[in-house]
Amino acid sequence: MAENTKKKGFIGNILALPNDNPKKTIFVAALLCLVCSVLVSTSAVVLKPLQQINKANDIKKNILAVTGLLTDDADVDALFAQFETKVVNLDAGKYEDIDVTTYDQRKASSDPAQSVTLTAEQDIASIGSRAKLATIYLLKENGAVKQVVLPVHGYGLWSTLYGFISFDADFNTIGGLQFYEHAETPGLGGEVDNPKWRKQWQGKKAFNEQGELKIEVVRGFVDYKVAGAEHKVDGLSGATLTSVGVSNLVKYWLGENAFGPYLKNMRTEMGK
Amino acid sequence: MASQAKSNVLDPLIDTNPITLQVLGVCSALAVTTNMMAALIMSIALTTVTAFSGMLISSIRNHIPSTIRIIVQMTIIASLVIVVDQLLKAYAYEASKQLSVFVGLIITNCIVLGRAEAYAMKNPPMLSFLDGIGNGLGYSLILMVVAFFRELLGAGKLFGIQVIPVANEGGWYIPNGLMLLPPSAFFVIGLLIWAIRSWKKDQVEAADYQIHQVHRTEIL
Repeated sequence: MAENTKKKGFIGNILALPNDNPKKTIFVAALLCLVCSVLVSTSAVVLKPLQQINKANDIKKNILAVTGLLTDDADVDALFAQFETKVVNLDAGKYEDIDVTTYDQRKASSDPAQSVTLTAEQDIASIGSRAKLATIYLLKENGAVKQVVLPVHGYGLWSTLYGFISFDADFNTIGGLQFYEHAETPGLGGEVDNPKWRKQWQGKKAFNEQGELKIEVVRGFVDYKVAGAEHKVDGLSGATLTSVGVSNLVKYWLGENAFGPYLKNMRTEMGK
Repeated sequence: MASQAKSNVLDPLIDTNPITLQVLGVCSALAVTTNMMAALIMSIALTTVTAFSGMLISSIRNHIPSTIRIIVQMTIIASLVIVVDQLLKAYAYEASKQLSVFVGLIITNCIVLGRAEAYAMKNPPMLSFLDGIGNGLGYSLILMVVAFFRELLGAGKLFGIQVIPVANEGGWYIPNGLMLLPPSAFFVIGLLIWAIRSWKKDQVEAADYQIHQVHRTEIL
């Protein structure tokens, strides 16, 4: 009690000083910083659980959308329960037995211990380094794989695009491509979100019969009279650099430096 | 007092509008007006920050040492902006994804610091709060008008709902891609300023210089 009144007296004394007094200046600055930092950290801590739910939900929604399961009034959690989450060792092309709920691929991408640095030649998606392990999602029906969803990311024009690409059970026919995070120009590069453009990816083949990676985004429109149209997607008009970026990131992630070995293994297994 | 409060809220809508008269806060007006939804969220965020920062700064104005007053103002503004950003991420996730960095950039919006320095430092908290609301609404009004034209002409949509059938989807309207790029916001804001100043002649500023007609008779 005595200490309390003493404290009040101390603060009161300082506040009574003229504003330009250095003592008061330092006191006001320190007090302000303290109050503001408490305010900021409280809001961050209190709201964090909600934000994390939003983020996780958003990713689930995108996984559902890329496999074509998402409808307007869908119960996201119930639908997502059909998926099996797995972690793939990219170099080996095999599943890795770790706890999938705690592994964060995006965090791992920037952690030197958990990622590999890409050489300029390998790095067509301009991502610098990639995680050794990748989280993938399998949609199973009666025990058999029906669709697989792979995470992809790479640089467009202004930003890194993060998204998912899905394959049918043959690990070659594309089910869809969808980005959940990017900052491309709305209306131009931002048209990667356009449902019409995204629809084009459906049914395209990533690899040819020899197993070579052939998928690409072309400039302008795809000529369906020429052979190989099943590997090509129309470019976005007015967004050449974003189109090239998307083309490169898809090529990178399906290529031999990323999911290539895994996809190859899975195709062989399916062929058996 | 009552009339002062009223004019604090109403004047910034047209008469002393922060964007069209003072030409402040144009940066974000260019960036977030490609669609009306983003513009609306940004407007709400900025109005909230301007109002509460005005109130908080005004309530401690008698104790702010003049040597560090800008830093004090910025600290308060920055804290409020972070709180708003956190709230958006928690309760309006889609919108916050769309606005991305621009919510954070409210910190550097000249309107907020401008009102703090010009009004809140000299006036009581309640009036400063209303002044912030007024200026925020003035900013919002222009943002919404600009976003209306940009989204309508650039994508044929309003609030994300197709109102003009565009050619891509079998309609007749070929969207004007320029409207979605920042320069178009300059055009729309410029035209708005022109329109407002033609209507309210007292907003027209005196020219800084005048071109005189000179008759030269000497031989060069």
